[in-house]
Amino acid sequence: MTQSLLHQILDHANRANPYPLYEELRKTPVHHVDGGPYVVSTYYEIRSLLHDPRISSDVRNLASTARDPLAGPAQEESALPPSFLRLDPPEHDRLRRMTNRPFGPPHSPRRIDGMRGELHDIVSGLIDDIGDPDRIDLVDQFSYPFPVTVICRLLGVPREDEARFHTWADTLAASLDPDPDADPAERGKGANEARMQLGMYLAGLIEERRKNPGDDMLSRLATAQGEDGAMTTMELLSTAALLLIAGHETTVNLITNGMLTLLRHPDVLQRLREDPGFAVPLVEELLRFEPPVQLVPQRTTLADIEVRGVTIPKGASLWLVLASGNRDPQRFEDPDRFDPDRRDIQHLGLGSGIHSCFGAPLARLEAQFALSELARRLENPRLLEDPPPYRQNAVLRGPRHLPISCDGIRP
Amino acid sequence: MPGDGSLERLRREGRIVVVGASLAGLRAAEALRAKGFEGSLTMIGDEPHEPYDRPPLSKQVLLGRAAADRTALPRLRPVDATWRLGVPASGLDMAARRVRLADGDEVPYDRLLIATGVRARPWPHEAEAELDGVFVLRTRDDSAALARRLDAGPKRVLVIGAGFTGSEIASACRERGLPVTVAERGSAPLVGALGGVVGSVAAELQREHGVDLRCGVMVTALEGDTSGRVRAAHLSDGSTVEADVVIVSLGATRNTEWLAGSGLGAGPRGIACDAGCRAFDIRGIVTDDIYAAGDVARSPHALFGYQFLSLEHWGNAVSQARIAAHNMLSESTDRLPHMEVPAFWSAQFGVNIKSVGAPSLGTEILISQGSLQERRFVGVYGYQGRVIGAVAFDHARWLPFYRELIETTASFPPPFDNVDRRPGGQRPIDADFPDPSVPTHGPTVTLSGYSPADRRMTFTPAH
Repeated sequence: MTQSLLHQILDHANRANPYPLYEELRKTPVHHVDGGPYVVSTYYEIRSLLHDPRISSDVRNLASTARDPLAGPAQEESALPPSFLRLDPPEHDRLRRMTNRPFGPPHSPRRIDGMRGELHDIVSGLIDDIGDPDRIDLVDQFSYPFPVTVICRLLGVPREDEARFHTWADTLAASLDPDPDADPAERGKGANEARMQLGMYLAGLIEERRKNPGDDMLSRLATAQGEDGAMTTMELLSTAALLLIAGHETTVNLITNGMLTLLRHPDVLQRLREDPGFAVPLVEELLRFEPPVQLVPQRTTLADIEVRGVTIPKGASLWLVLASGNRDPQRFEDPDRFDPDRRDIQHLGLGSGIHSCFGAPLARLEAQFALSELARRLENPRLLEDPPPYRQNAVLRGPRHLPISCDGIRP
Repeated sequence: MPGDGSLERLRREGRIVVVGASLAGLRAAEALRAKGFEGSLTMIGDEPHEPYDRPPLSKQVLLGRAAADRTALPRLRPVDATWRLGVPASGLDMAARRVRLADGDEVPYDRLLIATGVRARPWPHEAEAELDGVFVLRTRDDSAALARRLDAGPKRVLVIGAGFTGSEIASACRERGLPVTVAERGSAPLVGALGGVVGSVAAELQREHGVDLRCGVMVTALEGDTSGRVRAAHLSDGSTVEADVVIVSLGATRNTEWLAGSGLGAGPRGIACDAGCRAFDIRGIVTDDIYAAGDVARSPHALFGYQFLSLEHWGNAVSQARIAAHNMLSESTDRLPHMEVPAFWSAQFGVNIKSVGAPSLGTEILISQGSLQERRFVGVYGYQGRVIGAVAFDHARWLPFYRELIETTASFPPPFDNVDRRPGGQRPIDADFPDPSVPTHGPTVTLSGYSPADRRMTFTPAH
């Protein structure tokens, strides 16, 4: 019975609305079935564990007996060294610090803010090109190309190469998908192949940027000479691949989930249309209500840890179900209500602790621009399918297509 | 007296007076209104300014990145108060329930909140303190005046005292490229708050950033030129430092003189109050109509053996203000204790320093994550086998974990491996505080429960 609860969550049939399953899961805040991961689903426990230095993000710390099919490919089989997402301090800290240098404060406080004009232009261009208002696939026509373009501009990847990224990104994102029925070896192989191809492409680009550096992040990373020295080429490759994948796979879903939620709450959509500034609290509530990363499946315990009376043994595989914590009634009043006026909103949508979302300031800004412009320009938009078809992925959860129609596109 | 309607009357038409138009004063006033207080509210402040925020005064303002007059605190809600600004309170008549003001006015109250805070301890020699170029830094006006003087490009700045404020000032001056000498009586900067192990890291940081740091010395005299401008300082080691700006950063004095003779339990160490922020009178009996919050208050803390703690922390002021406001308008059984774990932060020499708990009560320290050499680390403080505090240099994201260890009186040294295992092992060493405090032996207290809204105390008798 309990085993089937995890399978139900991973079952694609339940992708459109996993929240009743999470509610069931929270009745056992630390859920464990022999051989499976320890699944933590309540807000305060997740938040504690995200700050707990006994929790490792490095799969090499996973006990061999705990190597369940959901933990992803083992690192030693991979062509590239692990990115900082899958490293612990001090290596994690060093790489994240170096990556942050050309990205955010204190060294580059204006990088993201300086992209406002560019973000606006990209959004406008995509909406201009929508074409037939009777049948729009918001994912393919808007949510996907927007963040891909943004991350490519940020890194300095030429636009004509974007199509190749879609393929690699799809494969890698799917490898994060804990589908219990897929052959883990096969999936790991596909993911590694995609990483390899992406790596080779990026290696060429890095070489080019070393010779002719611009102001883009890849140039800055390739030529960095800060207190932490320079990244090795392999480290640079892993980091660039991480930024490319994490930088759009999540934002696609944030924007699509956002539009879907707005279309289900026409009053909120109307308020956003009248007041673009409303996008700020709205996106925050969206990160709580429909977080693009539903759960963190890649943590491991470095010691026996007691959580709510359950001892999670050293080396266990640990899942932190962020999306469930965000709906925990112990933390949020009326958690299943979408309420952008909510003031007490310290959600887990972007994680917390040292691995909290690196690209958060960019993701927030992208979603704010995207949703407020869609609200302003689409005339009387309607959902054509509710629920829309979802992607396989239970971790990076979001619609594969979002078919909508509208009466026209405002200038 | 529950049920006799007095609380309802207070809520509807009572008079609440807040002395101290400060962070604590403002947040308390807002909390009172948020809790439905409809009576009259009077805010008394000795400075002419509306409540402002102090942390930027030793950082952004000195760097010229923010103007001192742009530091007003954001308002969380309208408070609809009568503001008496620029007039200090000069006395308290507890029997008649009246606050006297320096201009002769008297303000009656039904409930009084005292949030008069602290002021910078002045240079002890009055004539030397009067020299042009000698500053203290506490208020908005202090900061504006000092920033103007730094703009003029002094030849050398001398900072007397390397606590947090002094160190931040030195950091800002170095960032502006000004030559700086820091004179500290202790063995290292920050040594009183964080001990010598961490203090030596702070000393390295200062020296690396070009500060001429002199520890173990006192400034014995300040010397002026014929036009009354400071020109040099004489040190206890016989040396002289030529400086045209001197900043005296020797800690703070509590603003309690106005309460002398009132019968309230107020003195140089602050106003003693219970865990619910109700002030004691000099007989040790708790009043029911006078409350204290912020830097001026000292109250027993459940996590630290019920010792009276004074905390000059931003977060403490906010938290006590809310507790005081709540308790003023509550039946005795509905009152809340102030038991937030202390926390503070500082930014200096490019490092973010953050602390939880009470490091200064600790006797041992263990570097649990990062390393002192890299100046990025978490140091855990232990006292009698329990975790009592932690400090982070550029490692603040881990501190919520250590706060939980403190709240649950976890054992010290922490027995587990963590993600940041360094060669050399993790052994506790003497934290090297100059004058170790000796906390009283009392019951230990465990905060338990899973929601902060549902904290229960479990008392464990001391062995």
